[in-house]
Amino acid sequence: MSTRYLPYVLILPTLVFLCAFFLYPFALVTGQAFGGGDGFSLETFREVTSYWKFPISLQNTMLLAAAVVPVQLALALLMATMVNRMKKGRDLVLYVWTIPLGISDLAAGIIWLAIFEQSGFLNSMMLGLGVIDRPTAFLSYQHPGMIFLAIALAEIWRATAIMLVILVAGIGLIPKEYYEAAEVFGASPWQRFLKVTLPLLRPSLQTALILRVVLAFEVFAVVAALGGTIFPVLMGEIYAYQFDLQNGGAAAALALIVLGISIVFTLIILRVLRVPKGATI
Amino acid sequence: MTHAPITPEAALSVRRTGRIVYVTAVVLLCAWVLVPLYFLVINTLSAPATVNSFPKPFFPEFDLGSLRFFAGFGGMLDALKNSIIVASMTMVMAIVIGAPAGYALSRFEFRGKEMFRVLILLTRAFPLPLLALPLAVMFIRTGLDDTTFGLALVHTTLAIPFAVLITYSLFSGIPVELEEAAWTLGCTRFQAFVKVVLPLILPGITASAIFAFVISWNEVFAAAVLTIQSRTLTAFLLQTLGESPMHLKFAGGFILVVPALIFIFAVRKYLFAMWGIANR
Repeated sequence: MSTRYLPYVLILPTLVFLCAFFLYPFALVTGQAFGGGDGFSLETFREVTSYWKFPISLQNTMLLAAAVVPVQLALALLMATMVNRMKKGRDLVLYVWTIPLGISDLAAGIIWLAIFEQSGFLNSMMLGLGVIDRPTAFLSYQHPGMIFLAIALAEIWRATAIMLVILVAGIGLIPKEYYEAAEVFGASPWQRFLKVTLPLLRPSLQTALILRVVLAFEVFAVVAALGGTIFPVLMGEIYAYQFDLQNGGAAAALALIVLGISIVFTLIILRVLRVPKGATI
Repeated sequence: MTHAPITPEAALSVRRTGRIVYVTAVVLLCAWVLVPLYFLVINTLSAPATVNSFPKPFFPEFDLGSLRFFAGFGGMLDALKNSIIVASMTMVMAIVIGAPAGYALSRFEFRGKEMFRVLILLTRAFPLPLLALPLAVMFIRTGLDDTTFGLALVHTTLAIPFAVLITYSLFSGIPVELEEAAWTLGCTRFQAFVKVVLPLILPGITASAIFAFVISWNEVFAAAVLTIQSRTLTAFLLQTLGESPMHLKFAGGFILVVPALIFIFAVRKYLFAMWGIANR
């Protein structure tokens, strides 16, 4: 076989697979969402957006993303810079910090359930410290703020690792000479972080943020484990449409809305953190 | 600017304080990751009665009651088996399909390469579990509904972009000169690949295979939408969240977490190589 065709033969399986299970279902879901009865219609979208749970689940999803992603970004940056100057025990610390990377969102939800449930460890600790004299049901509808906090903490706990890995890999690519030069000119560690690390980390920041923001809009199992139906989010509503209400069209329409939001935010991040043309490390 | 002269002792004490703050922060961040996991271990290794009691002990009793309850719970072991089957199929398919593409990306310049890369990256910026919705309909038509294979196909779609990008970065790390040397010594392209590249790449391929396994093992949404009889562990746990007792949830969560710990340990060397090049 000539070398000319070899690369195409090699990418063919992936291409076929992605067409069959990515592009084709995407076309199907679009058709399902727009095909109300006959031909093109926005009827299904009107149906799902006028449902009383839609505004609240949209708001919850957005608020959660807005609370979680910035904290994760800051935490991941802090951890990445700390790891970067570590000499002893770097591997061990990195192993520990990346453990949550392999943990399912459902498992993370269950783990934080162990802390926040009524007979859980938070209540036990507060009782032990004498702050309370009987346990509070944190995850009930009387405490919506606590549910939000529990979900946000579980998300931060679980998904900071993915950003950390991307940022550590990115920092590793920055040549040491830049830091040495900055040091020669008397830049403080903080200045070196602001003027060297951050600008040169842009491609990694882009990837990390896009990945995290898209995943933040997909939050589902953590919420199911901690908030149940008290804290509706978009993915949960999609699941309910598909599974409980057997309304595939509505689920598809809502799915397209989530997709639309994801795309808008991806584009915003790409624009805000764009790498100047011709700039390389 | 005028500075008061800094004595060496003062500078030393500043540095020492900085060092203490730094080490404390590292330890605290480690605790932040490990303590919640420890709580889960306490709950898993305690008797069901203890798990439901209050206040909680802060040390495990090393009682296997909860795990035994988990194993005896109707359908749970089947779900566990299904999870392993789906994840294994995903692992094999993702590597067999994705690795050749990764090799092509690292070794060849060809027309449409950029488009192909964009397609791969596009799938990552896409809420993929949503694809389970239309596939549910398609699977009913083709008889793949509620089968482990059908779910494995969806999970493979999730894992392929990662498999391609990771193998791309791994193959790029092996100098093409090694292959060329083998060609000049009379190897065909295929022989050179099998004899020179494959042994070097095998640990990395294993790491990305494990990665694909864990992607499937952890996936909740598609699994819950696509399976009813052949539910995976995540789907089973999710659907019984409402009614299942606490000790069942915690034992289930623990079983979900264990492979993750092993996985991160097994692939820790590759974690950063995987993401370093995947950025660009």
